[in-house]
Amino acid sequence: MADAIAIQSAPAIAFKGITCCFPKATGKRRAGAEVYTAVKDVSLEIREGEFVSVVGPTGCGKSTLLNVAAGLIAPTSGTAEIFGAPLRGGINRDAGYMFQAESLMAWRTALQNVMVGLEYRGVSAAEARERAISWLAKVGLAGFEDRYPHQLSGGMRKRVSLAQMLVLDPRIVLLDEPFSALDAQTRVLMENELLGLWAANQKSVLFITHDLEEAISMSDRVVVLSAGPAAHPIAEFEIDLPRPRDVSEIRLTEQFLKLHHEIWSVMKEEVLKGYAQSKR
Amino acid sequence: MLKANANVQRGSVDSGISATARLRIMQAAMFIGLISLWYVLTETEILPTFFFGQPIEVFKCVVQWFITGEIFYHLWVTLVETVLGFVIGSSLALVCGLWFALSPTASALSDPYIKAINAMPRVILAPIFSLWFGLGIWSKVALGVTLVFFVVFFNVYQGVKEVSPVVLSNARMLGASRGQLLRTVYLPSATSWVFSSLHTSVGMAFVGAVVGEYLGSAAGVGYLILQAEGVFDVNTVFAGIVVLTMAALILDALVGVVEQRLLRWRPA
Repeated sequence: MADAIAIQSAPAIAFKGITCCFPKATGKRRAGAEVYTAVKDVSLEIREGEFVSVVGPTGCGKSTLLNVAAGLIAPTSGTAEIFGAPLRGGINRDAGYMFQAESLMAWRTALQNVMVGLEYRGVSAAEARERAISWLAKVGLAGFEDRYPHQLSGGMRKRVSLAQMLVLDPRIVLLDEPFSALDAQTRVLMENELLGLWAANQKSVLFITHDLEEAISMSDRVVVLSAGPAAHPIAEFEIDLPRPRDVSEIRLTEQFLKLHHEIWSVMKEEVLKGYAQSKR
Repeated sequence: MLKANANVQRGSVDSGISATARLRIMQAAMFIGLISLWYVLTETEILPTFFFGQPIEVFKCVVQWFITGEIFYHLWVTLVETVLGFVIGSSLALVCGLWFALSPTASALSDPYIKAINAMPRVILAPIFSLWFGLGIWSKVALGVTLVFFVVFFNVYQGVKEVSPVVLSNARMLGASRGQLLRTVYLPSATSWVFSSLHTSVGMAFVGAVVGEYLGSAAGVGYLILQAEGVFDVNTVFAGIVVLTMAALILDALVGVVEQRLLRWRPA
């Protein structure tokens, strides 16, 4: 019993003093001269089953943070702990990652794309096929199994990516502006679908977006990141809107507008800073 | 495609015959015209038949080859050399391309040599291959391999370098090990580049086979040409060229069909 409590209390993701530096992409290469600090001294916890959004101006290092949680990049200093165990050089096996850009294998059909993760794990072809088919159906793509990515619309490809990630049943879901390339209508549909899937099987979600409305309507908590370089969290807001939510309807409620106003007043300054920097 | 459609529309307005049909008729007319010109010029001895041959004799020779069946053996030999040259050359190139693209050390070390061998006019290797592999098919296959290799090699190398980093990261997040990454991401991506250079590389293998035969052989269409040239039988030389051209066109069409099958996943 005590063990169970201990396990439950360990946060899904815990960033502890994360700093990430990259060599600056300037033409001349002087040893150790130009270093760009993307994020600086970030400490942040995502509880198990919690849906957390990180918002901030474009280019502030939101994706860097996500890549650290995924184990795709190692932080320059600090540690990322996954369910209490520090992530040391290597992929986070508990996490599924949905990318902003196209990530499907163009030479595989929708079904084969969803199956690939199971193949990597050595699941038998017959079982992988069965599970992939059922997940494609769950994301509304029954009958599209044999289409290649280029034969699907942008929204459909995102659904395939979603199924590809969720078929592996990850405990943590990392989302990097997954819907930013979609048109407004498709986007709302996808957001609702994601919320539905999340409600059915409460996973810990770290959602990166620059769209504040999207962040508020979906999350339990919104974290605002400062403008880069050396981005760090400057404010946190609990979103106590009732669930289940409909992302398009909730945006019209008074409570939503109040939260939006509150968060935006903090974010605005950072966005302006980020904008000024991008112009330089 | 668009242009053709536009032509079709204009054609139907102008004359009622579709533009494509008219184009075909004009192409045929051009062919007949050129052959007739050749015929008239050689018949009237304005052009000496000794050097320029005679279209009717060339035609007779081609027909004769097919009636007697003599040509089939030689065509078969040339085709086998082409296919072997292509298969061996592109397999080697696929392996080397993958290896070099994934191992910076190997690529940095051998870069100047690759450049040198690629810059060299490789047809000049034919005499050496004749010495090494004799007058049989293998000296021709070897020449074809050296020609095919570089076309495919550079394509594969480029293909692997251009694998989307997002697709790679995604595969890693889905749990791919290094070996699985090679098998499910790098290899399919590289293979698609092999197929996209299919027309060029099959053509190269064909060139290797024919040039190899021409420089010394005991069979093949190149050998027929070489024999005819030896006795100043220019009509047979032309007949050989005609057969080679037809074979090349058929081969290219077949490659087109294969390509379409294999690259089904590619956007049109």
